[in-house]
Amino acid sequence: MSESSLIQIKGIKDGLLVSLGDASWNVLQSTLIEHIEQQPAFFQGARLALDVGKNSLKSAELSTLRDKLSENGIMLWAILSESPVTEKTAQFLGLATRISKPLPQEHRVSQEPVDEKTLFIHKTIRSGNRIDSSGHVIIFGDVNPGAEIIAAGNVIVWGRLRGVVHAGAEGDRNAVVCALELSPTQLRIAEQIAISPDRHGKPLPEIVRIKDGQLQAETWNSG
Amino acid sequence: MTAKIITVTSGKGGVGKTTTVANISVALALEGKKVVCIDGDIGLRNLDVILGLENRIVYDLVDIVEGRCRTRQAMIRDKRLPDLFLIPAAQIRDKNAVSPSDMIRLCDELKPEVDFILIDSPAGIERGFRNSIAPADQILIVTNPEMSAVRDADRVIGLLEADGKNPPSLIINRLNPSMVRRGDMLSMEDVFDLLRIDVIGIIPEDENVILASNKGTPLALDGKTKAGQAFRNISRRLNGEQVPFLDLNHQNIWDRFGWRR
Ligand SMILES: Nc1ncnc2c1ncn2[C@@H]1O[C@H](COP(=O)(O)OP(=O)(O)O)[C@@H](O)[C@H]1O
Ligand SMILES: [Mg+2]
Repeated sequence: MSESSLIQIKGIKDGLLVSLGDASWNVLQSTLIEHIEQQPAFFQGARLALDVGKNSLKSAELSTLRDKLSENGIMLWAILSESPVTEKTAQFLGLATRISKPLPQEHRVSQEPVDEKTLFIHKTIRSGNRIDSSGHVIIFGDVNPGAEIIAAGNVIVWGRLRGVVHAGAEGDRNAVVCALELSPTQLRIAEQIAISPDRHGKPLPEIVRIKDGQLQAETWNSG
Repeated sequence: MTAKIITVTSGKGGVGKTTTVANISVALALEGKKVVCIDGDIGLRNLDVILGLENRIVYDLVDIVEGRCRTRQAMIRDKRLPDLFLIPAAQIRDKNAVSPSDMIRLCDELKPEVDFILIDSPAGIERGFRNSIAPADQILIVTNPEMSAVRDADRVIGLLEADGKNPPSLIINRLNPSMVRRGDMLSMEDVFDLLRIDVIGIIPEDENVILASNKGTPLALDGKTKAGQAFRNISRRLNGEQVPFLDLNHQNIWDRFGWRR
């Protein structure tokens, strides 16, 4: 496929709108960067909104792209996508997902990582959403069935954890998962997997870690 | 007048959106409100059938958008309820014929003249969903008390949140109280517990709904069935009234004796 059919550029009120065609993310990304490097003067200092179509992108992919663009003097401020995953990812990176109506300022700040290593999210994570982090994740809200939390570090849920969670996703066996109510569809720490048993009675806050080579849950109590 | 625009949508198909739009529209019109309902499910139109207005269609939504008729000409007036109008969907045309801004423009045009605009949206994964939610002031999500439908509803709620829409309200349709009692069906509390959005209505499973759809006379036209009453209650709640939920656990005397109406 020729390069021109993969990239379409339009001037809009808020800068440039670049729409990407159908191809793998690697191809799209390198084609875009090449295109920019060929016309540095045109892109220098631009505010860019990027339409990625159906591509489902993880935060690592989007932040890599954002860095590459900023190396070329381009400010990526919005990601448009048909994929809810990508939309969510973009929002967690503080990017707008609508070009007509950017998210209000305070919205952006609260969803940005507290520091490079911790992602703090204050909302319910619903079915079909996936949170991916190279650090720790703290969720102030529920994680519903069908949602996924993947973190290289710890995962802390101040709410009900009912989706899929993977802490220590890059192999850290010291990572922990804790939640006020722990009934995940599946829980993983590093390479260990557990499916939560049917529980009865009043749920208590629990913490799960690897002990003696196995996943073990302990209830937390103040006494 | 400035109309309130309400879009009815869902995550999963077949959960009762069209039934809901037809019944709430009828109930609102019975209360003396001027109502236009728009079938946003292009290609799969059926709101006209459930309302019993199919044989009166001349023009449709796409004709309005493409300028083949004036908006008035495509509005079918319900003979039973002179304050109820339907703008039908096109049966076969390309789903891209209508855009979100077309829907916003159409609603802006209707807004000064009516009290309510109800939009029957396709499920949240299909095309046409964006069109239907674009003009909405309020969004109602219909689900059945079934895990797969609830999960899909959850997904759509997430999509709406990402879109910056007002939090939607929930309608739980086809609840079967005796199955809930036996623990074989999710209860209203189970559904709420997961979705955590305001519940605006609970409709029991009722075979009269199907009979009424086949006849083109929505149940809410008379208040004799529980399902009809439940739809009427939703319309009152949309009007800002505080209405308690029906007690679905007590069968009425006719049901208990196994009589058929
Ligand atoms: N409360 C109910 N009790 C029994 N049948 C119902 C109820 N609500 C809807 N139905 C039936 O379910 C089917 C799908 O409903 P419909 O309104 O067309 O769903 P949707 O518009 O979401 O696809 C129809 O046959 C309808 O008659
Ligand atoms: Mg329908």
